[in-house]
Amino acid sequence: MIRSLLLIAVLVLVPVTGFAGGGETVPPPHHHWHFSGVNGTYDKAALQRGYKVYREVCASCHSMKQLSFRNLTDLGYDDSQVKAIAGEYSVVDGPNEEGKMFERPARPSDAFPSPFENDKAAAYANGGALPPDLSLIIKARHHGPDYIHAILTGYKDAPHDAHLLEGQYWNKYMPGHVIAMAPPLSDGQVAYEDGSPDTLDQYASDVVEFLTWAGDPYMETRKRTGMKAIIFLLVFAGVMYGVKRKIWSDVH
Amino acid sequence: MGSGERIEFDNKVVNWIDERLPLFTLMQKEYGVFPTPRNFNYFWNFGAIAMFMLIAMIVTGIFLAMNYTPHVDMAFDSVERIDRDVNWGWMLRDIHMNGASFFFIAVYVHIFRGMYYGSYKKPRELLWILGVVIFLLMMATAFMGYVLPWGQMSYWGATVITNLFSAIPFVGDSIVTLLWGGFAIDNPTLNRFFALHYLMPFVILAVVFLHVWALHICGSNNPSGIEPKGKQDTLPFHPYYTMKDTFGLLVFLVVFCVFVFYAPDYLGHPDNYKEANSLVTPAHIVPEWYFLPFYAILRAITFDIGIPFTDITIISAKLGGVISMFGSIGLLLILPWLDTHPIRSCRYRPKYKFFLLVFLVVFCMLGYVGSQSADAMFFGLPMTLVGILCTTYYYGFFLVIIPWLNNTEKGRDLPKSIHDAVLQAEREKA
Repeated sequence: MIRSLLLIAVLVLVPVTGFAGGGETVPPPHHHWHFSGVNGTYDKAALQRGYKVYREVCASCHSMKQLSFRNLTDLGYDDSQVKAIAGEYSVVDGPNEEGKMFERPARPSDAFPSPFENDKAAAYANGGALPPDLSLIIKARHHGPDYIHAILTGYKDAPHDAHLLEGQYWNKYMPGHVIAMAPPLSDGQVAYEDGSPDTLDQYASDVVEFLTWAGDPYMETRKRTGMKAIIFLLVFAGVMYGVKRKIWSDVH
Repeated sequence: MGSGERIEFDNKVVNWIDERLPLFTLMQKEYGVFPTPRNFNYFWNFGAIAMFMLIAMIVTGIFLAMNYTPHVDMAFDSVERIDRDVNWGWMLRDIHMNGASFFFIAVYVHIFRGMYYGSYKKPRELLWILGVVIFLLMMATAFMGYVLPWGQMSYWGATVITNLFSAIPFVGDSIVTLLWGGFAIDNPTLNRFFALHYLMPFVILAVVFLHVWALHICGSNNPSGIEPKGKQDTLPFHPYYTMKDTFGLLVFLVVFCVFVFYAPDYLGHPDNYKEANSLVTPAHIVPEWYFLPFYAILRAITFDIGIPFTDITIISAKLGGVISMFGSIGLLLILPWLDTHPIRSCRYRPKYKFFLLVFLVVFCMLGYVGSQSADAMFFGLPMTLVGILCTTYYYGFFLVIIPWLNNTEKGRDLPKSIHDAVLQAEREKA
């Protein structure tokens, strides 16, 4: 009786911690991701493709301040490749001995440069809507991977009764359906080198893989560590159960 | 302490120390041979589990503090840095943030155990009150800890909770200014919350010490609710309960690890991965899950209380909500004097047991109400109505049902001793 009530209590309490409001929302369709599940890992090829999509498309408006070029080794690039990628960017450093700021090629230790000087400039260039930083975009949304995939593929013609202002678009999965980001991806926009299909759906899936890694780079280590910890605890608990039974056997 | 008989130890070094400072005698008396009722069930594990969680929180917290920066411009990034660049920082943070949840789970079960088996009754009233004080301190600590990452829920949760104090007549606004360290939630607020968040766990530890001390004066309650009458009713704490507690703790930790390693953000809110922004209010401000029942009670009072047929308001809806929220915990403090029924355990009080289990369901229901927006519906009923009904039961349980049962519930016949109760239970099993 008590046990079943406790179970009910847990079942009631645990799932209610989510679900925010904010206009009409359509739940995003559920996908099975390479990183889903207990043994899920990142698909390195998808990460590299996703990074390419990010670099060529997303990064023109969205910052990614929490990441540095050195983190790209997680994607399967070696040190010299990371150095080469970083070298394609220039960053402002200084002040130098003359007290002047100067530009130099980025190094692996540098953070990803932001497309705008500051948030005000970013908002101003985007019709007043600040493009959110993408470092944690997956963690900062309910059902993050599914949601971002749905947003990227959810642009539709606005229904007749929708009131859209200049610079607004209709997206099935955006809360309230109105979004200030123009449809960022379309078929054939980014040229993949590994023969993967150049389709919107593929782009969206790859960039979600990349963004999930960006928000949670230690996921694989975390799951592996968890497996070890849980196996250890289960074995230890089993041993302790035996010890407890043995010790208590003379009491009953 | 120190005045009792000393125990002689074979080890000379141990004995030398013990003659001068009887630490080993203390441990031996209080945790070695300490007579403990022999009939504990697994509900009695949760005190030790809560203790373990407190220590785990302090240890992980100290290492997190070494890498955290309490400044509004840097706090959010410093937490990300812990996750990304500090060696095993992600694990420290996952343990700490899920540890708070699991500390509360342990303590909620521990409190419910106390209510179910009447552990708050004479002579354990002070023991119980110290426990409620620990619970209050935990709530304050957890709240301030949740502010530290300086995400959107941190900031707006802090806004909602600190604003509660402005409902207090006359001095409310001054208290809020004091809490904020200024006229808005800003860097001074974050700084003092960090300082207090570091301090409070040690205050909790001190009160836990008093709690355990008080426990060791009157001894543990047990599932039968009758006091041990002799040696046949008790067992030495070690090895019987040290081993049983360890086993229970390990099972608890397995569940804990599932969350830490496989769903570290499940119990948190996605909005806290957005940096605090005073210009953007989240669509739906919710506290951490362990506060939701009290949050629901706070929001249940949506009407002003005044003199009928006039416009005079005595208690505004806001103040009413604050009073009912703090009152709901205040009721726990006076529970030993509300429930004066001579029988402790629910086992022998079927009526109290029924109403207590309903209370448990209502409390969980309040948690659900607290998680929903105010205009939500529950099977066709407005959520506010469900909230006020559940709050009414919460208060009614303490102030009407329990006093009524004091006079009307006869209860079942108690067994003569714990020993008899154990034998009886074994006969029923066989």
